[in-house]
Amino acid sequence: MSVTTKDAVIASGPSRLSLFWMSTVGKKVLMALSGIILFAYVVAHMLGNMQLYLGIELINGYARLLHLNQGFLWSARIVLLVAVGVHAIAGIELWINKREARPIPYRSKENIQATTASRTMILTGVIIAAFIVYHVLDLTVGVAHAGPYVHLEAAGNLITGFSHPLPVVLYIVAMIALGFHLWHGVYSMFGSLGLSHPRYTVGVKRLAALAATLIALGNISFPVAVLTGLVHG
Amino acid sequence: MALDSRIPGGPLENKWSERKDHMKMVNPSNKRKYTVIVVGTGLAGGAAAASLGELGYNVLNFCYQDSPRRAHSIAAQGGINGAKNYQNDGDSVYRLFYDTIKGGDFRAREANVYRLAEVSVNIIDQCAAQGVPFGREYGGTLANRSFGGAQVSRTFYARGQTGQQLLLGAYQALERQVATGQVKMYSRHEMLDLVLIDGRARGIVVRNLETGKIQSFIGDAVMLCTGGYANAFYLSTNAKNCNTSAIWRAHRRGALFANPCYTQIHPTCIPKSGDYQSKLTLMSESLRNDGRIWVPKKKGEQRPVDQIPEEDRDYYLERIYPSYGNLAPRDVSSRQAKYRCDEGLGVGPGGLGVYLDFSEAIKRLGQNVIAERYGNLFEMYERITGENPYQVPMRIYPAAHYTMGGLWVDYDLMSNVPGLFVGGEANFSDHGANRLGASALMQGLADGYFVLPLTVGDYLASGGIKKADTSHAAFKDAEREINTRLDKLLGAKGKRTVDSYWRELGTILWDECGMARSKESLQRALTKIPVLREEYWKNLKVPGSGNDFNQELEKANRVADFFELGELLCADALDRNESCGGHFRTEYQTPDGEAKRNDAEYAYVAAWGWKGENQKPELHKEPLVYEKIQLATRSYK
Amino acid sequence: MSANGHGGMKLTLDIWRQKNASDPGRFVRYQVAANEHMSFLEMLDVLNQDLITKGEEPLAFDSDCREGICGMCGFVINGSPHGPTHGATVCQLHMRFFKDGDSLTLEPWRAKAFPILKDLVVNRAALDRIIQAGGYISTRTGSAPEANSILVPKESSDIAMEAAACIGCGACVAACPNASAHLFTSAKITHLGVLPQGQPERYTRVLDMMNQTTAEGFGHCTLMGECEAVCPGHVSLEVIPRMNADFFKGSLKKRDPKAVAGGA
Repeated sequence: MSVTTKDAVIASGPSRLSLFWMSTVGKKVLMALSGIILFAYVVAHMLGNMQLYLGIELINGYARLLHLNQGFLWSARIVLLVAVGVHAIAGIELWINKREARPIPYRSKENIQATTASRTMILTGVIIAAFIVYHVLDLTVGVAHAGPYVHLEAAGNLITGFSHPLPVVLYIVAMIALGFHLWHGVYSMFGSLGLSHPRYTVGVKRLAALAATLIALGNISFPVAVLTGLVHG
Repeated sequence: MALDSRIPGGPLENKWSERKDHMKMVNPSNKRKYTVIVVGTGLAGGAAAASLGELGYNVLNFCYQDSPRRAHSIAAQGGINGAKNYQNDGDSVYRLFYDTIKGGDFRAREANVYRLAEVSVNIIDQCAAQGVPFGREYGGTLANRSFGGAQVSRTFYARGQTGQQLLLGAYQALERQVATGQVKMYSRHEMLDLVLIDGRARGIVVRNLETGKIQSFIGDAVMLCTGGYANAFYLSTNAKNCNTSAIWRAHRRGALFANPCYTQIHPTCIPKSGDYQSKLTLMSESLRNDGRIWVPKKKGEQRPVDQIPEEDRDYYLERIYPSYGNLAPRDVSSRQAKYRCDEGLGVGPGGLGVYLDFSEAIKRLGQNVIAERYGNLFEMYERITGENPYQVPMRIYPAAHYTMGGLWVDYDLMSNVPGLFVGGEANFSDHGANRLGASALMQGLADGYFVLPLTVGDYLASGGIKKADTSHAAFKDAEREINTRLDKLLGAKGKRTVDSYWRELGTILWDECGMARSKESLQRALTKIPVLREEYWKNLKVPGSGNDFNQELEKANRVADFFELGELLCADALDRNESCGGHFRTEYQTPDGEAKRNDAEYAYVAAWGWKGENQKPELHKEPLVYEKIQLATRSYK
Repeated sequence: MSANGHGGMKLTLDIWRQKNASDPGRFVRYQVAANEHMSFLEMLDVLNQDLITKGEEPLAFDSDCREGICGMCGFVINGSPHGPTHGATVCQLHMRFFKDGDSLTLEPWRAKAFPILKDLVVNRAALDRIIQAGGYISTRTGSAPEANSILVPKESSDIAMEAAACIGCGACVAACPNASAHLFTSAKITHLGVLPQGQPERYTRVLDMMNQTTAEGFGHCTLMGECEAVCPGHVSLEVIPRMNADFFKGSLKKRDPKAVAGGA
């Protein structure tokens, strides 16, 4: 007599997992999950580099420590690479999708409460991606290094690199972009995963802004420290 | 023509069971062989289409809006009555029945009203199961409020958006059936004619409002749930596009139009501000639970409202009706407001307004409580008028709101045309001469969920419906007539716009056949309307073409029907030499200005038959027989 | 107070005119006189009366209840859906919010999923299809239990009501830089998902409705909150994370669609 609606509508089709990837919500969940990994890495990376202020030997030792176990190193690199890949692919697909979702733009569009950070995620994301490539070539592989590159001499490479203006400018621009990206990204990460409650929203927003600012400033402090001679070889 | 209301025998309490027990049934596996056309997607139409789909019938559902969710039931604010007696205040099916009959000034059919009260409890169950977010007590049970014209608390509500939430419930049930393919939804399609084959309602002709295409649809039964005709007054609380065309076209095809003069004027609307005004905004009459209505005692009061002392204010409803006070029924409250304004005591621009004052309630309960109860209404009022009702009293004035009249139907909600069913505000059946608050939603859903799906089945099972398709001459003729009519509207190429005529018609109806009517005023209207109608067809200016999205053409066609309906409205009002409910004839009133019924001569339903253009309509009478109750003078003192 | 429609303020309107779906469309400039007590739509009514009298094609725009509840009206004024006051439909916008000499640009909702029918009128059937995908509680007429046998905590009932206040106008889509319909879909998912009656279908509902939303060509949500800012139903952005959580859970725990099929 009556037909069960669900069966009639989606009698056959892709699996839940592929639907998850195909949907805008699923992609955002994956961006949030990969975002958590990347955020944790960014925090750890900065804290590690903070050892610069505790003495050159300490940070070089830390660099050697990370390379001690190649299995661990490459596992971490693969996890990070996958996270970046998922984050970027999902982000770019969503961006393409949203451009198609509004083929004719408004003549004028008022912006009511969206933050600058939230409206420039794709831009800051692309800047960060480009910077990561440059950063790896500069300080991990060494081929794009401005000065003489010495493997595992973390502090030395940093100091020789930041003695040149271009790397400093690129680095600072990228860290400002990272700050903006995290400012909105950390907040919306909670939302995308559904970890949200009106009572905590304001707190999460503030926390995200604080974390983003600290990370940007903390990272920017390195070239500044080199340029001001606070850290020297 | 003898009108057979087909009311089942037996005691009043058993009539509906009796009817259900002896209905002919369509075998479950045969239901898919029948197609039912439902016009309208409001509470009655949406609920009926969904329920018929659930039963397994094929349903074709039409609405002029871009989505079925926008039907005007959505605008109802206050609530829906249900005889649940959750408050332990002595409510019962009988009491709801009696209140409704009495509220309707003893001009409704007893058996229909009893059934309405009976199924009211099922409606609440149904809607709660659908997830309608009714107001709740802290313990999780349903909450109630009291509403105009009732002395028990039986009104269920979803904040100030009860109509919206009930409609969304029906709409969701409907969309579930659309997804199964059981219901085919045609939005932005307007019904322009009813098609009869062998005397039975078999189909409709519609205009696709996006493309202008004229199209025919055939079914085994046709159901009109297309709302009321208050927009004949031009300014009303109805949506801009609400119209009478579906039922008027059916009337011209033979369906009788019952009690057109029973129109309801709602007391709590925001007054008109200028002649560009496109509609009047209603504010829920639940405001009258806490607001006090008054006017200054002396004419030409110049003091600002907050400086008029208590002793110079006339809380006239509390004075005249001490037991109901500000909660007196709609017709009574509206008329009293009109009297005050006629006496020159009205407030605001043009003296067309009375105060609805919350200052005392705010003092007693605090602004927060008032904000929680009526916050959205207060906001709306401030947006429209620019005045803050927390600080200055609201100004209100009555406006045309609901029409109790409609197509004549029997107990099964079938018109005198076999196979033509009519539900909700479009029929005449349940509210008599005046509708009580929170009863429109109840009637729409009662018809849609619990009456029509069964009675249609009985009609279909009774047989006699021959096979046919839309190539039948009756369809072709109807299509041709519509095209001629639209061409005529487009071809007049005169000087005046549709709106200018509509406003003029509305003004005639409001002035001569509004809150108070007299023999003279009605005769004036009956002279003026035909003249204006003649001019309309000759001097109308409608731009664009018929094969296009053309909103002016849609309107022109609707207004053409309002002209004819307006005439019938006045003719009916003139014929009914008594006052009852929303029909108030100044000649027939008690010394203190209350409606004076004439039960000896007018206790009947006036069902009018169409006899052709410029012909006098033919009156058929269905006597109202009361088995259970005694006719009484309606008093709210 | 002037009783005349053509009152004290003169406005310049740049209005998007588009004959039909295939016409590329263009802005056309109009001058109109208005008075401060008119509603915005009444001002457009006045413009249309003038256009008809002059023998020009009137402007097509949708409206019905003109009480802010039916969701039929809506267009973008100076880049803001439903106009600059936010939080109410354009039929509730009054001319007193504008001043003499103002220039206004009127555009339709712009989204691939909302094709333009004419001028400021768009087709929003995509929203109906999202509801068809699962925006209901499957209960047959007549099968309901006694209403008070389902106890609903007042807080759940309040959350449901606040989400159910959505009027389906599409302003959220129009406002979103990504043309996302997340606020609309999540409002319905929240309304039904917080109620005990909605539990049996809670996870299939969110999956089906969101997949339909993606299929209709709406963009994604980045929680910028533009939708919330313009919503006439005051639906909170909070409904979206709530939906995200259910979507994630549902994707992990529900069987594949194929596995449920076959019971018709």
